[in-house]
Amino acid sequence: MVANLLIYGLVNSVVLMLTALGFSLTFGLSGVANFAHGGLYLLAGFLAWIFINSFGLPAALGMILAVIVVGILGALIYRFILMPVRGIVLSEVISTFAVGVAILEFFRWKGFVTYDFSLPVLVQGSVKISGVSIDYQRLLIIAIGLALALLLWFFTHHTRIGLALRGMSQDEYTALSVGIESDWAGMLSLALGAGLAGVAAVVILPLGIISINMGYDVLLIALAVTVLGGLESTTGLVVGSFFVGYAMVITSTYLGPQWGEVVYLGAIVLVLAVKPSGLFGKSKELEERV
Amino acid sequence: MNPGYRKERIDRGIKVRSDDVFVLASMRDLLYVVLPRALVIILLLIFPAFQDILGSYWQNVMLSTMVIALLALSWDLLAGIGLVSLGQSLFFGMGGYLAGYLSFTFGWGPLYTLPVATVGGALLSTLTLYPILRLRGIYFGMITFAVPLLLSRVIEVTKILGGTEGMSSLPSFPNTGFELYLVMAVLFVTVYAYRMLVGTDYGLVFNAIRDNDRAVVAAGYDIQWYKAQGVFIAALPACFAGAFMTHHFQFVGMPAFALDYSILPLTSVVIGGVGTFFGAVLGSFVLVPLSELLREFGSLRVVVYSLMLLVFTIGLPEGIFRFVLRKYHQFERLVPMEEASNE
Amino acid sequence: MNNKTILQLVDLSKSFGAVKAVNGVSFELKRGEALGVIGPNGSGKSTLINLITGFVRPTSGKVIFKGRDITGIPPHKAVNLGIARSFQLARPFYNIPVYKNVVIPVYSPRARKHLGAKYGDRDEVAIHLLEDVGFERDSQVPYKNAGELPHGYLKRLELARCLALDPDLIILDELFSGMSMSEIASILPLLERIREEGKTLIMVEHRLSELFRVVDKTVVLNFGKKIAEGTPRQVMAVEEVTSAYLGSEVISNA
Ligand SMILES: Nc1ncnc2c1ncn2[C@@H]1O[C@H](COP(=O)(O)OP(=O)(O)O)[C@@H](O)[C@H]1O
Ligand SMILES: [Mg+2]
Repeated sequence: MVANLLIYGLVNSVVLMLTALGFSLTFGLSGVANFAHGGLYLLAGFLAWIFINSFGLPAALGMILAVIVVGILGALIYRFILMPVRGIVLSEVISTFAVGVAILEFFRWKGFVTYDFSLPVLVQGSVKISGVSIDYQRLLIIAIGLALALLLWFFTHHTRIGLALRGMSQDEYTALSVGIESDWAGMLSLALGAGLAGVAAVVILPLGIISINMGYDVLLIALAVTVLGGLESTTGLVVGSFFVGYAMVITSTYLGPQWGEVVYLGAIVLVLAVKPSGLFGKSKELEERV
Repeated sequence: MNPGYRKERIDRGIKVRSDDVFVLASMRDLLYVVLPRALVIILLLIFPAFQDILGSYWQNVMLSTMVIALLALSWDLLAGIGLVSLGQSLFFGMGGYLAGYLSFTFGWGPLYTLPVATVGGALLSTLTLYPILRLRGIYFGMITFAVPLLLSRVIEVTKILGGTEGMSSLPSFPNTGFELYLVMAVLFVTVYAYRMLVGTDYGLVFNAIRDNDRAVVAAGYDIQWYKAQGVFIAALPACFAGAFMTHHFQFVGMPAFALDYSILPLTSVVIGGVGTFFGAVLGSFVLVPLSELLREFGSLRVVVYSLMLLVFTIGLPEGIFRFVLRKYHQFERLVPMEEASNE
Repeated sequence: MNNKTILQLVDLSKSFGAVKAVNGVSFELKRGEALGVIGPNGSGKSTLINLITGFVRPTSGKVIFKGRDITGIPPHKAVNLGIARSFQLARPFYNIPVYKNVVIPVYSPRARKHLGAKYGDRDEVAIHLLEDVGFERDSQVPYKNAGELPHGYLKRLELARCLALDPDLIILDELFSGMSMSEIASILPLLERIREEGKTLIMVEHRLSELFRVVDKTVVLNFGKKIAEGTPRQVMAVEEVTSAYLGSEVISNA
């Protein structure tokens, strides 16, 4: 039982982290809270499904293609939707939210609501770890999730461009002096964020059936995990995911699966109410009390 | 000799005398200012009289339009304080459930539940949001987005307040005409009160908080307390809307926290224009009937209003109301040359 | 500390992460005095103001105002005790007319108690205050949205907003920066008058020669530490100050 909890808690935590990675990255690099995150996630899933099932592409190729398309779409969203309203938080939130809802409801209208939609797993089979059987796909998720988180952390903390981008989200002036044009950086941050949403979708969705409402859940999970960890901290993201991930698995096991959602929604509300800078956030804005 | 004609803006007489404040000098000026308002009010007032022609379907559309307008007004007031709500359904659901609970448990009729749920729901909502009012930026949006969803999940899993079944067979209103006039009265009062409010120094503080909260603190205001008051005032019409719909449907359940009650008001204000309150109402009167016309297309209509949200945010951020107002002021008429030179 | 002391800082410190923005600063200020705070950029002057006014909570140390420990009180309470401040980066209420910008402080709890202006009068009081800081009454300027004001006017608007609170202690963060020589010259008599009314003044400035015409005492900060205190002449004689501070300007102006 305990081994079961531990292992499935780990899987769930990494799933959450992977789900939130793109959202967190975009926010950290450009300060945009991309409320289209859930829409982009599901879009990648459906695109992959279409590439594989309608165009007959090999699974891996279809998935990679879907990730690329969604990444490009992220850049386009910045260029054509966010750029005109950049700096007006109200409009940024509303327009990305609108994009997300439009994508999700479009697929609902197109009839992507039946149980026919699922992605193939990339690797079949399973192993037993201390008596708990776990399939390769879940192991793959853990590997990809941890690798991406590490890569991201390295990118934002140890590469020149990553550091400059991060500096820019805090202070545009510094970034300009390092020679980064803010619109170019914004496009990159949205593209990377959207691409990551795509990656998360194509590795996580094979675990079950693709459903539209998952898009809204993904956005909420991303919010929950990033808010819990502190909006712009990579360490916070990891810890936040494990916190929510284990809490979800534990409540689901003891109280019933329907409690999972209550946990992450409750986490958002509770953290914002009690310690809004998150567990690890050192938000500059909050330092100065208002 | 033929006098000839030239064009003149119809607001010329007013514009010449004063730049910002209306100075009315003639009957014509008065007409110019009053006519549009009077027209709207009269049209609204006689609407229920056409019951037989319109049929109950369009009456219900009218009702939902006004209910969304109330939520949109509430949204607009919050935006005036710099608080962007992504979850007006929070207030709607609070009011709705409170009315439902009181009615279901104690058998109260709408006469009692409406006022109690309006004020009580607003208080509850304010208390819920109070801890995050010290935060800036997108936090308010996040929490208003999450709380209604959380509440409906909690209701679902704990099976309190009727669980997924909701509470039904609640007392209703005498008839649809009564309902229409009641909501209309509340709508008028809200628009009027909100317009008054932002004209006072008290209301000015709200707008100042939106522009620069630190400077308001530096003037010695406890802005968290002010924001709480603002949230309370904004929650009132929205909670009323929820309570009203509970009795209208004679039912309250998890749909009260549905996304529709969050997106429709938001879209209405963005279409109509932020910050005027008239814009919020106008936007609802455009959007809700439109979305009814699209009902047969299922969730395509949600796509449509998402796209409208997008187009207006980017393309016409001032909204329809200000746009139309400007055009109205720029209307031209032909005046004979002689008359013009005599003026 | 005697009863003429209005403000006393005791070993006040604030760290932002590893940065010690303010490091063990202490000084006293008597009622009616005018203090200049100078120091290079990033030496902690604005942070010091934030600590006194409650906008930032100190890591350690004490702020005592009128004999009362006000360390870490919320900023609006500091205002209500009689401390008004301006911001280095003047940020008005952009979408609100200039005179209504001043109505905000005129309507505030403290001003209502002190000035007693009723609704309607408040606009008049605000216009008066704007006149005091050099806005022309009959021009259209006070009725424009504050977002349309040129920079020099913004600073004066900041000053008007402070004065509206009828404070005992006024703290001005780089009021003169962005003002022309003639604008500064027109403000100096007003600052004189504020002092004659018995108000206490703290000014953070880079324009030393103008500053020294107003203040009778100066504190010099460097890397968050107080490195000198005294009359302008005394302070400028300290070698550490001239080397830490921008030498050229000191030599040409003082
Ligand atoms: N809110 C803050 N968060 C983090 N660091 C800050 C903050 N405010 C100021 N600092 C740092 O404290 C130091 C002093 O800044 P400041 O008081 O603004 O200096 P000055 O006003 O003398 O130019 C600087 O290194 C600055 O980067
Ligand atoms: Mg400074």
